[in-house]
Formats: sequence, structure tokens, C-alpha cells
Amino acid sequence: MEDGNFLTDDFLRQLINVGEVDILVGLPTHNNAKTVDSIVHAIRTGILRGFPRERAVIINADGGSRDGTPELITGISIDDVRRASSVYALRTLHAISTKYASTQQSGVALRTILAAAELLRAKACLVVSPESENITPEWVSNLVRPVYYDGFDLVSPTYCRNKFDGLLMTNLLYPMVRALYGVRVHESYMSEFGFSGRLASQFLGQNRWNEGAGENGIELRFTLAAVTGGFRICQSFLGKKDPAERRAADLVPTLRQSVGVLFSALEADFQVWSGVSGSQEVPTTGSDQELVLDPLRVNRKRLREMFVRGVSELESVFQSILSPSTLAELKRIAGLEEQFRYPAELWVKTVYEFAAAYQKSVISRDHIIQALAPLFRGRVYTFVVENRNGSANDVANNIEALCLEFERLKPYLLEMWKSKE
Amino acid sequence: MREMIVNELTQAVQDLARGFAHYLPRLIVMLILAFVGWMIAYVVKVVLRSILRFIKFDRLSENAGASQLLAKAALPSATEMLSRFVFWVTWLGFILLGVSVLGILGLQEQIARFFLFLPRLFVAVLILFFGMLAAGFSARAALLAAVNANVPSPRLLSLAVRSIIMVFVLSIVFEELGLAEETMLVAFGIAFGALMLGLAIAFGIGGKDLARRFLEEKFVRNKKEQDEDELSPL
Repeated sequence: MEDGNFLTDDFLRQLINVGEVDILVGLPTHNNAKTVDSIVHAIRTGILRGFPRERAVIINADGGSRDGTPELITGISIDDVRRASSVYALRTLHAISTKYASTQQSGVALRTILAAAELLRAKACLVVSPESENITPEWVSNLVRPVYYDGFDLVSPTYCRNKFDGLLMTNLLYPMVRALYGVRVHESYMSEFGFSGRLASQFLGQNRWNEGAGENGIELRFTLAAVTGGFRICQSFLGKKDPAERRAADLVPTLRQSVGVLFSALEADFQVWSGVSGSQEVPTTGSDQELVLDPLRVNRKRLREMFVRGVSELESVFQSILSPSTLAELKRIAGLEEQFRYPAELWVKTVYEFAAAYQKSVISRDHIIQALAPLFRGRVYTFVVENRNGSANDVANNIEALCLEFERLKPYLLEMWKSKE
Repeated sequence: MREMIVNELTQAVQDLARGFAHYLPRLIVMLILAFVGWMIAYVVKVVLRSILRFIKFDRLSENAGASQLLAKAALPSATEMLSRFVFWVTWLGFILLGVSVLGILGLQEQIARFFLFLPRLFVAVLILFFGMLAAGFSARAALLAAVNANVPSPRLLSLAVRSIIMVFVLSIVFEELGLAEETMLVAFGIAFGALMLGLAIAFGIGGKDLARRFLEEKFVRNKKEQDEDELSPL
């Protein structure tokens, strides 16, 4: 059992008052007053509708909000939900809040939620992103039911997305996790997910919380822990997801939180992923991938320009990371004008060489992740151009082809990984 | 007369023999010290080379930009250079120790000075190495940040960062070595002053356009480009 010393006395007192629960919903927040009201409403409705007989609690782990987010969460009356949704609970639905720090740290927030789940002996848990404005009560049911009734340990969400949304997920995270770990989990970097108390306890005990694990990107680590720990994983379709507002300047922090975490996990999980070949589907409720074709405005010219500029300006950095042949090929395609394309094979080799360079720490690991940003923009350009007029099926096929390329070239990564230099 | 010459010759030969007898054991001790010193220096070199290879010192040196400098000067790798440096310093130390045994007046003072200088030399080499490491790291960080933020002339920015740090490092190194302290101080003052003046003039003259461009990019073009770009990576 994890030492719960990091929890405040006040929070522990509140947990003792709640007592044992069946379902725990974790809501990490940081200045989310605008959205949190509708989210809590949906969560409460979801619990009242789907689990009226179960003991449930909403745990808000707040990262020092200054807009009254915790008060909003704890202040929402259950009667409002009952009136609005015409549903009735047979048990008390608690909502408690704790401030874990004065700044946002998703790792610490998740640790707080997991510790609460362990202390309250929750059977099924759910974490909801405070940015998911379009959450519906069905999300609660879809993410909790497989854990509570079917014995799964992790329920990863799948969404209906625009074909050009989440390109880091479709062009790197999903194919790489699938090729290396052998499981086809579409959203390994999850903003909403359901999990069992068993997985919570296991992760709480095994994760190296004091070695920088309090930083962002813990959600991906959680998925990988479930995979490597042999836990039962499934996917559940939630419906449409509004993309989080992110600007071009946010790409590097996003890469750190996702690709950085994945590269770092590869080192610890080598014994697991080095022996895996091919990949397996995971049980999925509903669609595993739904794409919509609404037009999105994409500045392709700027994407290509930033790629070309990156390849030319960062040549000295790439010389430390990439093999001479890959670098030569990148320089060649950067010289192409309108015909510029970043082929799947070259992209996969680039990513694998970055992963191997990260493992060997050829330069500062953070610099390796930063250097990937311009190359990713080049890949995004190619993906957008190739799929501009493609149907949902075409896009899905292209993603599948990329995944197979990642699987095919896995020995290439292994070879680099094992080499001394 | 003849007897006097014979006596003087005998005396001279005796003096020579006495001198030779006086110096021969010291010479032998010096040669033994030099030989033992060579062996110890060689062992130190081999051990140090293995340690440096184990800790991947060449990679550190590559990060610091030292390897590139060595390669340009057709010199061996940083590991080899440092190993050889330590070998020669160690061996030279033993040779000088041996020479001091000979008891040559005046030379002993110089030898003592050399031994007093050794720690400073070692510290200076360390400062230079870690300075180059810091300069290389900061220059690369600046380059990456500038490229990802789409800032104009990222390499120039990176070079400026490296140069400023290296000027500081070299001034500290020379101060540590006690070499041309005043000259270095003046040179540093002039170089730094010139750099700041140059930047002030450059920003003063070009600042108007730069500020306009910056504001345009920040509030007009960027907004337009952001509006056009609705991609979300995750």
C-alpha cells in the first residue's frame, strides 16, 4: 500500500467521513470555473442514472485555482441534478476537494486521486478532464461499466474526431505504442479514463513519484503501466471530443509530455517491449475510431517552411541524433518545393532514431525532444496534403499503413537500441 | 715543476672523480625516478583512458564543442588528449623531481614554481572544459528555442550566446593561470563594451523596423496564422 503521507490532514478527514465507496470520480482542476459546472453536472447525472445503488464520490484535486473552481464543485447541490435530470440516488453522492499544490501538476493530481481511491477501497474509478466541455452522462457509464461489471482494469476512450485532429496521436503515439507494446490502444494519452482499484494501487506503488514523475504526461505512463503489468484493457467509444485549444507554440511542451514520456518509458520497459512482435486488438465497445471530414483551416505553407528551416538550421543537432543516411534523406526532401513529402518509412526511421538517441542521451534529452518539433511539422504537412481529399476510410487506411510501417521497422529500433554507440 | 703539474692533474682527476662519484648516484636516482615516473604515468594514462571511455567523455566533449575544435586541428579525441596530457604532466613531475635530486642550484626554485603552478593549470583546464560544455549547451538551447519559435537568424543568436559565455570563460581561465591578467581584463572590457555598444547601435538604428515587425508578427500576422491553423496535436 502506498504511503499516503503527502495527503493533507484535512483531506484525510474528509475521506474518513466519506468511508468506503464503490465508484470514485477524479476531477483534476486548475482555474476551470468556466467549464467545471457542466462537467460536474454530467458526472452526477451519469452516476445517478447508471449507478443509483452504488456508493460514489467525486474527488477534486485542485492545483491552486484562483477562480473558485473547488467551491463550485463542492457547492453544486445534488438536488439541482435530480431536478434537472429526474433521476434519484439511493445513496449519498459526496463531492470533496483538496488543493495538492499552488501550481498545476497533473502527476501530483493523479497521485492524489489514486491515493484517495486506495484509501476508500473504490472498486471502479474514473478520471475526467476539466476541459471536456462536451462530456455527457453516458461517458461515466461507458468508462465505469466495463470496470465495475466486466472486470476490466483500464478503459481507454475512443472519440469521434476530425481527421486532422490529434495528429501527434495518429502519427506517432498510437503507431509507436502499438508497434512496441503490441496493443492497439488508440488513445494512450488519455484525458478521460476508467480504471480499477487494483490498477490504481499497483501504479501508486510502482511509479517513481519522486523522480520527476510529478510532471505532466502521467496519463501515458498510466496506460503503459497497465499494458506492461498485464492488466485487462478495453476501449469505450465516448462520442465527439472538442479539441483542446492549443497554439503552434504549445507543440514543444506537448511533445515533452507525450513523446518524452514514451521515450523515457521505453528504457524501463525494454524487457517487455523487446520481446513483443505484431499487435493485438483490445476489446472495444462502440467504434474504435470515428473520423469526421469537416474542413479545418491548416496553414500548410508555414508547416513546410518550419520543417525546411528546422532541417537547415538544426543540422548540427541532427548530426548527433540521426544516422547519416536519414539526415541526408531529410535534407533531400527539404529541398523539394511543392513535391515535398515526408514518406512514412523515413518518418518511422526518424522517430526510432530519436528514441535510440534519447536512450543513449547523445545530447540533452530535452533538446532531443525539442529537435523533433520541426520534423513533426513536416510529417503533419505530408499527412494533411495526402489526406486533404480523402474519405474517413482513406484516412483510417493511411493511419493503419503507418502503424504497419512502425511494426515492420521495429527490428531497426532494436538493433540501434542494442548497439553500444 | 713537473711534480706540480702531476699534482694538479691528479687533483683535477680526483676532483672529477669525486664530482662524478657525487653525481653518479644522484643521476642514477634521477634516471630511476624518470623510469618509475614513466611507468606510473603510463599506468595512470591507461586507467584514466578507460575511465573516460566508460563515462563517455568523448560525448561530453562533443556536446561542449571541444571535439569539433580538436578535429579541425587534426588532433586526437578528447579522451586521448586528456590522457596524454595527464601522462606528460605526471612524467614531467617525476623527471623534475629527479632533476631536483641532482641539487643544481637555481633549478630547484623553478621546479618548485612548476609544482605550485600545476594545481592552477589543472583548475584552468577544468574551467575551460566545463565552460565549453556550458557554452555548447546554452548555444544549442538557444538555437532550438529560436527555431521552434520561428525567430529570425537562430544560428546567429546561438553563436552570440556561445561567444558571450566563452569570453567569460576565457577571462576566468587566464585569470586562474595568472597570464596577462591586466591585458585580459582590458581586452575583456573592450570586447564586452564593444559588443554592448554594437548591440545598442544596432537596436537603436534597426529597432524601429524591428519593433514594427515584431508587433506586426505578434499581433497581426501571428493572429492571422493562428486563425488559419486549427490543428491540435493531441
